[in-house]
Amino acid sequence: MSLKSNLHNLKEKYKGTKMAPAFNALHTFLYLPNETTHSGGHVRAADDLKRTMNTVIMALIPCLIFGMFNAGYQHYVATGEIQAVTNGFFSTEFWSMDNLLLGAMKILPLVLVSYIVGLGVEFIFAIIKGHEVEEGYLVSGMLIPLIVPVDIPLWMLGVAVVFGVVIGKEVFGGTGMNILNPALTVRAFLFFAYPTWMTGDKVWVEDAKERADQIADGVKGIDAISGETLLGSLAQGKEITYSVMDQFLGFIPGSVGETSTLLILLAGLFLIFTKIGSWRIMLSAVLGSLAMGYIFNMLAPSMAGTKFFALMDMEFWQHLLVGGLAFGIVFMATDPVSAAQTNKGKIIYGFLIGFMSVMIRVFNPAFPEGVMLAILLMNVFAPTIDHYVVQGNIKKRLKRLKVKTA
Amino acid sequence: MSKDIRIKKGLNIKLKGAAVQETVAAVPSNVYAIQLSDFHGIIPKMLKKVGDKVQAGEAMFFNKANESMRFVSPVSGEVSEIIRGDRRKILTIKISADATQQYVANNSVAVNQLDAAAVKSYLLATGCWSFIKQRPYDVIANPEVAPKAIFISGYASAPLAANYDYVLAGKEAELQAAVTALSKLTQGAVHISVGKTANSPLSGLSDATIHKVSGPHPSGNVGTLINNVDPVNKGEVVWTITPQDLVIIGELLLTGKFNAERIVAVVGSEVKKPKYYKTKIGVEVATLIYASGVAQENIRVISGDILTGDKVNPDGYLGYYKNTITVIPEGDDYEFMGWTMPIFNKVSTSRALTFSWLFPNKKFKLNTNTNGEHRAFVVTGSYEEVFPLDIYPMQILKACMVKDLDAMEQLGMYEVAPEDFALTEFVCVSKQPHQEIIREGLDLMLKEIG
Repeated sequence: MSLKSNLHNLKEKYKGTKMAPAFNALHTFLYLPNETTHSGGHVRAADDLKRTMNTVIMALIPCLIFGMFNAGYQHYVATGEIQAVTNGFFSTEFWSMDNLLLGAMKILPLVLVSYIVGLGVEFIFAIIKGHEVEEGYLVSGMLIPLIVPVDIPLWMLGVAVVFGVVIGKEVFGGTGMNILNPALTVRAFLFFAYPTWMTGDKVWVEDAKERADQIADGVKGIDAISGETLLGSLAQGKEITYSVMDQFLGFIPGSVGETSTLLILLAGLFLIFTKIGSWRIMLSAVLGSLAMGYIFNMLAPSMAGTKFFALMDMEFWQHLLVGGLAFGIVFMATDPVSAAQTNKGKIIYGFLIGFMSVMIRVFNPAFPEGVMLAILLMNVFAPTIDHYVVQGNIKKRLKRLKVKTA
Repeated sequence: MSKDIRIKKGLNIKLKGAAVQETVAAVPSNVYAIQLSDFHGIIPKMLKKVGDKVQAGEAMFFNKANESMRFVSPVSGEVSEIIRGDRRKILTIKISADATQQYVANNSVAVNQLDAAAVKSYLLATGCWSFIKQRPYDVIANPEVAPKAIFISGYASAPLAANYDYVLAGKEAELQAAVTALSKLTQGAVHISVGKTANSPLSGLSDATIHKVSGPHPSGNVGTLINNVDPVNKGEVVWTITPQDLVIIGELLLTGKFNAERIVAVVGSEVKKPKYYKTKIGVEVATLIYASGVAQENIRVISGDILTGDKVNPDGYLGYYKNTITVIPEGDDYEFMGWTMPIFNKVSTSRALTFSWLFPNKKFKLNTNTNGEHRAFVVTGSYEEVFPLDIYPMQILKACMVKDLDAMEQLGMYEVAPEDFALTEFVCVSKQPHQEIIREGLDLMLKEIG
């Protein structure tokens, strides 16, 4: 008896029982099911939801690996143990085993907690409601560790994931039914429930918070590590030491996966090529952010001296390099369930995300990470955008009728 | 006013097993069958019982809702069996065929001298009305309501479908008689589409407007033609009819004989010698597919093409409106890590490690596996790539699923038939049954709005 027929027999045995969804979820990971068409057309295209989700994960893996190296690198640079990179993307200072080990030790637990907690919730809901385990969380589970600070306590992440999956998704009926992007719901929960963790200047570099605590406790002989994100520094108008190239390549502090604009750009191109990500959303969001950035550049001289000036005066294209804007555009805004669903709607939706992200970022220096709020806001408005796009089609149909009867 | 119609959105699914242009006379089968599932929504009142003799073209039952609408036997013989389902609903009527066929002798008519009422009553009485379908609702046309236009697609773009140019060759006289008769039943035009490069016997017909269509499937669907020429508005009706049925109507008008003969393509990767057979409506498919030879046992036999046909057993029968029999392998096996492996041997519109885009001319051997499980709608934008109608496919499907009659009406439900959603169903990542959803939506509208 082969593994295939053993599993088939088990599947038949569990059919109709409470545990069937849990078993099937594991079974269908090993084997594409033996299901055949029974209504309508007799053949189907090769793609299923697992493949679609898997493609997004493949696009995320380089960002995750880079994030591991970067976590170690930021730590060692801050402590002064290594020098900042000098030789471009392939600098040996960055791609060292030490960096990877430290980063992996920090980040792999985040990935594990995210998947175990999130998939646990999914399995429980699938068993209670008697439907198959849907694949939506495969991508969310990978996105979540990439958009949190490296030093976040694991319990905090676990609580946020439960909140995000249950309130963000399951209460609406599970994958495909949610209004908000679940991964961003997790981040928004962290952002508002634990604001000191998510926005302070201590969490973005490994160990920064502990050192600060130790110094406050009077431990002598150690230096404080600055753990601020680049965007935070920029918002306060501080001088920054990172070159534009560093920002583009990603050698800057920030959430785990968001720093390397280069890798995000490549991932975006990959998603567009595979037709999994919507080029309409990505392109229009980039244009939207550039437009808003450019408007602010124009207005900046008249705002000199205000607290908004620093970010307003930043080169308009630089908004795409710092913070989570690029990551949000490529991976978050394109979530097909929470985005606009019509092609025209996607263009409007994407443009507004880019536009609002930069606006929130500039006008709210205390919480400079505007992209998360912009996407969540547009998630809420996506059905409205679609409504008006579809109304256009409906009106055309009514008009056709009127012309006829007139 | 004819116009060229060029479709950009769509998908040609290229399959192995296309029929070579060679026609042989099929061995007549012993039993022919009329399946009531072909006449969606018709409740039959039987005129014949088991054991009665019938002639070819003799009425076997009529429509309960309209007594003048007769349905006739394709062959002469004896009614051998009436298979009933739940609540004694009639499913199939089987006729054991005589060795020599007897035909009912109807009057032949001079088509040019008939008026609309005469054409209508002639078609109703001779059983040919059953070939005329209507939109909205994709059911047999209601004779009480005159259509604003009649649409005929003479271009079969579906995968492996029988080539109309070939099967209609030499039938110009019959086609012309049928088209002339039909043109009397509408105030508007009879619109006929032909392939742009094709040499169709339909393209020379008078009393009709000829449109040249090009582009990928569904450029040959009659729904695509309607949507491009004169879409159905609320309160309007159009009729559709297939060219091979025009031939039967035409022959009846010219000779008075209901000749259910039809040239059928037997195709598919599991058919050893795919070619055309001259046979009759309701023939047992086994006689055709085993004459062509099948490659293996684990097969699916489809009466019709792979996108819109019906599953039949090898001892099942050719559907009333079908002119293709497709045989493909069943896909009832597991595939190790099939959801993540690179795929070269299946068709896909994405490029997510699916490589059919690299081989635009490759012919595929597809099986009936769904390649994944049923899920909620997640991916957006993929349907629009293969759906040429000016309708939002996902929105109308969702409206059908939640039974929102207002939204269905506003989004264009009067214009569509299940077959228009065959390609969106094919590419659907969530493996939703689009054609079933649309059919149920249409049935609901028919019941609630009428």
